[in-house]
Amino acid sequence: MRKNDLERDTGQTAGPLEGVGKQLVNRKTLAVAVAAVMLLVLPLVAAWLDEPYLLTLFSRILIYALAAVSLDLILGFGGMVSLGHAAFFGIGAYTVCILSVHGFEGTPVLSWPVPIGGNENALLLWPAAILLSAAAAAVIGALSLRTSGMHFIMITLAFAQMLYYFFVSLEAYGGDDGISLFARNHLPGLNLADDRQFYYLCLAALAVFLFLADRLVRSRFGMVIRGCKENEPRMRSLGFPTFRYRLICFVIAGAGAGLAGALITNQTEYVSPGLLHWTRSGEILVMVLLGGMGTLFGPVLGAMTLLLMEELLSIYTEHWMVYLGPFLVLVVLFAKRGVFGWIAGGNGNHG
Amino acid sequence: MGDNLLSVRSLSKRFGAVEASKDFSLDVARGELHALIGPNGAGKTTVLNQLSGELTPDNGHIYFDGRPITRLRVHRRARMGLARSYQITSVFNQLTVRENLSLAIQAHNGHSFRFWRRAGDDPVIRGAIGPAMERVGLEDRGDVPAANLSHGERRQLEVGMALAGHPKMLLLDEPYAGMGPGGAVELTKLIQRLKSEITILLVEHDMGAVFTLADRITVLVYGQAIASGTPEEIRCNAAVRQAYLGDEDDARGNSAC
Repeated sequence: MRKNDLERDTGQTAGPLEGVGKQLVNRKTLAVAVAAVMLLVLPLVAAWLDEPYLLTLFSRILIYALAAVSLDLILGFGGMVSLGHAAFFGIGAYTVCILSVHGFEGTPVLSWPVPIGGNENALLLWPAAILLSAAAAAVIGALSLRTSGMHFIMITLAFAQMLYYFFVSLEAYGGDDGISLFARNHLPGLNLADDRQFYYLCLAALAVFLFLADRLVRSRFGMVIRGCKENEPRMRSLGFPTFRYRLICFVIAGAGAGLAGALITNQTEYVSPGLLHWTRSGEILVMVLLGGMGTLFGPVLGAMTLLLMEELLSIYTEHWMVYLGPFLVLVVLFAKRGVFGWIAGGNGNHG
Repeated sequence: MGDNLLSVRSLSKRFGAVEASKDFSLDVARGELHALIGPNGAGKTTVLNQLSGELTPDNGHIYFDGRPITRLRVHRRARMGLARSYQITSVFNQLTVRENLSLAIQAHNGHSFRFWRRAGDDPVIRGAIGPAMERVGLEDRGDVPAANLSHGERRQLEVGMALAGHPKMLLLDEPYAGMGPGGAVELTKLIQRLKSEITILLVEHDMGAVFTLADRITVLVYGQAIASGTPEEIRCNAAVRQAYLGDEDDARGNSAC
């Protein structure tokens, strides 16, 4: 406020503001660069420490980060508080798992109305996972985006729980117990069974998604989404058919979660209905809040913080939730813009 | 409907026992500044909401630019050239002046299912943003977040956003509300400038502004239009004086008639 008054008095708009912007970008860029380098050299560190478990842990972190970034597209940028995002995560995971299992067994997934065989090729399976998650998001979004606020939260939650019970009762694919993958998918040129290669693949997937999301939030589409977050009726009175834009954003987020689901199946080589449970949606939501809503790198840091804390605390106590809970409360109370906001400082509205 | 840009025929809207609009009719000619006045609770905002599409009337018809729009949705009306500015300024606080205006420009230039190029680099937006800022005198404030603008500047931005799509008609909902004397003078100048380019329906409490600016005035009481005419006709209309202008304007009214 004071700065702007000053600018008006001196008649220099660009000067001081530009300086502030640059400093802000530098600190942000620095934080992101440090994190990127750390993630890039992590496999070397893991090998040096002889802790292969680190690779598994960080692959998981990267995959959840991808899911969290996708949720932040609708939550932080679009203002749609969905408590059912794990549904798309789970659909992606189940798609890959079911098709892989049939591919391994050589049995058809469907014989009627159209015969669909199984497969273990990632180039087919993962796009299928993305497409199915996107389709599910289109249906769920089309229905739930007619509501807003608390109703939207409850409806997305209800849909996710419906899908959760659907998979619980799907006895053919393990029902409550879940189902194991016989082996990771095949990706030409890579050996996904190798944890290090798989780790780098997850890192690449996250990086590409972040890049695309960054373009998206700054594009015309992204501006419309951000406008809807702040004041949807006003967007309509400006002439935007807001429902369509929000729905497409919801579908894109669902697709991103579907890709994360495809990766998690390959990482754990096991899926269970727990992937779709509302507590999982809550966990992803917490990652976004923890890291910094409305930024792109925030959710990545959030996923990292949450999963690492979970890991560390569970070494010392079985009841790690008791410590994690108050920590989250403190973050929400004192660092409203999350870990990323705290590190990057300033008030840039996206990262 | 001749040369009327906006025609409203026998509009009625009921909220429970309250008849907010009762057989309300209105004609706004192309190019005129028409003011809609009335005491508090007369249903002015209800009328405006029905015109912009935020409320659907129970009965009656609205024609805009020769087409019926009674059941058309909000964004369709906006794209036909019926723009609205709000009583409670509703600019996007988290966005800068430039971003606010470019959203408004975007709304009227093709669809925005464009995911790749930065919005600021879009040639359509780049071409239109400068004039849009100048039009409302905010050319030096482009990078300031709307939240940091003064009340008057936010009003200017609000009007600028309504104008960005080059609408045929502007619905102004109490633009003088909460405005200091300095801002009011600026605003009057702005509206006077706009008057020459665009048809305006002005809903306003500030009688001074209404009688200065309006070509014609319609008076709304209990949801019903009790009179419509030039400022002089309205000033001398007995029903209006009794229902609305009341005692306080007696002296002024007498001297004018």
